Amino acid sequence: MKGMTFIVKKITQIICPIIFMFGLYIIVHGHLSPGGGFAGGVIMAGAFILQILANGKILPKLRKEEEGLEFMESAAILGFLILAGLGLLISGGVVFFANFLDKGELGKLISGGFIPIENIVIGAEVCAAIATIFIAMVVYKDEEKK
Amino acid sequence: MIIYLLCFILFLVGLYGVISKRNLIKIIISIAIMEYSINLFFILIGYVEGGTAPIITKGFENAKFVDPLPQAMILTSIVIGLATTALLLAVAIRIYQKYGTFDINKIKDLKG
Amino acid sequence: MNSLIPLFIIIPLGSAFVMVILGRFIKNFNKFITPIFMLSLVYLTFHFIINSEGSLIYLVGGHEPVGDVPIAIYLVMDGLTKLILLVISLVGFLAIFYSLSYTKQYTAERKFYVLFSLMIAGMNGVVISGDIFNIFVFLEIAALSSYALIAFGVEKHQLEASFKYQVLGGVASLVILFAIGFIYWNTGTLNIADISRQLNVNSNSLASVGVFLKFISVLLIAGFGLKAAIFPFHSWLPDAHSSAPSPISAMLSGVLIKAVGIYVIIRLFFNMFPLSYELSMTITVLGTISMIIGGLLAIGQWDIKRMLAYSSISQIGYIVLGLGIGMLVLATGGDKAVAALSITGGLFHLLNHSIFKGLLFLSAGAVEYRTGTRDMRKMGGLSEVLPITSRTSLIGSLAISGIPPFNGFFSKLIIIIAAIQAQYYVLAFLAVIVSVITIAYFMKLQKYTFYNNDGSKWKDKKIKEVPFSMSFSMILLSILCVILSLLVIPEVRSVFLQPAVDVLINATDYSTNILGI
Repeated sequence: MKGMTFIVKKITQIICPIIFMFGLYIIVHGHLSPGGGFAGGVIMAGAFILQILANGKILPKLRKEEEGLEFMESAAILGFLILAGLGLLISGGVVFFANFLDKGELGKLISGGFIPIENIVIGAEVCAAIATIFIAMVVYKDEEKK
Repeated sequence: MIIYLLCFILFLVGLYGVISKRNLIKIIISIAIMEYSINLFFILIGYVEGGTAPIITKGFENAKFVDPLPQAMILTSIVIGLATTALLLAVAIRIYQKYGTFDINKIKDLKG
Repeated sequence: MNSLIPLFIIIPLGSAFVMVILGRFIKNFNKFITPIFMLSLVYLTFHFIINSEGSLIYLVGGHEPVGDVPIAIYLVMDGLTKLILLVISLVGFLAIFYSLSYTKQYTAERKFYVLFSLMIAGMNGVVISGDIFNIFVFLEIAALSSYALIAFGVEKHQLEASFKYQVLGGVASLVILFAIGFIYWNTGTLNIADISRQLNVNSNSLASVGVFLKFISVLLIAGFGLKAAIFPFHSWLPDAHSSAPSPISAMLSGVLIKAVGIYVIIRLFFNMFPLSYELSMTITVLGTISMIIGGLLAIGQWDIKRMLAYSSISQIGYIVLGLGIGMLVLATGGDKAVAALSITGGLFHLLNHSIFKGLLFLSAGAVEYRTGTRDMRKMGGLSEVLPITSRTSLIGSLAISGIPPFNGFFSKLIIIIAAIQAQYYVLAFLAVIVSVITIAYFMKLQKYTFYNNDGSKWKDKKIKEVPFSMSFSMILLSILCVILSLLVIPEVRSVFLQPAVDVLINATDYSTNILGI
């Protein structure tokens, strides 16, 4: 797909990292404040989509990106499942999704056992999934033109 | 009570759209409207007068919280809605490629 | 034993995502791994059927109940669950074995197996979950992957059928979600056992519960009835099931509409809601009407898979009729033995229907695979060139029409006997009439597809029998058609069917078993 004008490109360049960092912040603080993996992941995907919309990208590159994102999505889900399975192993084969890490102190960034880790994994998965959906539709549209 | 009724009316608006509209994209939008009305309904169920976000923070361990369970359910249902809408749109784009139209009156090869 | 229960969800879900990653690097990885994990699910199901009794419970996350309020997500394994799991894994394994050759015609072959695994995970989740919102989530997983699978060939008809199904299925899902919201509003819980206790014990304390109960029941019947394709919500089924790739048609008609439709309806209306005469009557009448309508509409069809799809509506009607008569007898306080017989008939027919409808769809797929058409008027004489397909299809047709000694005869007989014993003579009469109609349209199917001429047209085109993996599945299913008639022997029945029937007969025991109160 084609890119947009210089103004849009420049502003995107400035704003994209901020959006991305904000998404990351929401993911990491998922267990302390409203938000979490899903919301943060969507924001991160938003930064990604904005970048593609502003700068444009050629079809083969988009396809390659789609494959990478697909891989990342499945890997993230598998990571989630492995975390849950690890809980099963550590709890002696009884409790799936057991919270096996130290729960720590209330209100601290590093607390809540493995919930922050799960949040990060979910964030990666949601970001990859939404970006995949977006790219898939762009690819459809570009294919249609040919 | 009136607010629940308004929610139900929003649901019916969506249902009306699904039934009466002839454009694939409008049908998808109508389904999305139905979905949002239900999300709203769930949030209303869980609302407690004067409650805050159900997150335990230091110093507010015993504050008045809204019911967190409907919120968790809504988050799940939003994710599901995202998947549903994405798939619907993908199929709609493909249909447009094959039939060259979004009008469901012209898309009726399957009959009988 | 209890800790093995989540494996029914973990194995298919995990393999689906492993397949996305490894399938890209290793050739034919997906084709190799899917039948293996399906076989392991079959083994696990048999393990549970033979070695466990009563209801097993698994708390996800290990959160014990606080007081008598359950807070964890419950996974429940009881007799009914085991029966449906058996259907899913058995038909699923044979359908996927069949697809090994069938999917060679698609370019994105890898994704077929991923979506299939997700569908299995969703159905297993629906069946195994003891929590109403989780049922909704897993139902959506199963439904979404089935939408994608129907449109898998990306041809005109498939896309149209998929869109139709998605819109109707989406509305049904939202209606179900709405009902779940109402249930949570009134009872403050999502656990089926806990809801049942609240409705049965505290029904007097909630003044408005009677009205709400009716409203919720109507919403749930509409939602899950659409998923199960009961009249008047059946219009999507002939399009969707006839357009899908054949192994998927077999899964949808044989398993999906039962696992996410019939199973949830009977689970909720037997075990969760207090039985009432009006509701049982509604369900029975809807079942009867879909039985008749499906049968009548099937006669006029010329598309082979479309005829089978209409026949599915009719046979689903039989299942609902059997279960509905059981409900009616229980709700009016009649003889429990009659109710047990009727429910046995319904569940037996559910098991049988998944086997022979799977077989018939696979046979129709084999015909389509070799001839490239689904129109019966262009066929004829295929028994000369496709001997195995012709025989298996004949066995399936005989079984579904209710000819002894095949399984369909016995289940229909049990339903009709139960209807007579419960003194619903009209329903028994209608069941017999529809059985005759069934014979009529399957004779039409057999005649126009496999006989009618000497098949010289096909011999000239040098059409061969289908590959091994396809014929193997069909032969195994037709053997099962004969073997399953052994279930009429009480000793065999007590292992496979009786636990499921007990769960439904002693409806209120479900919540006490699970909550332990």
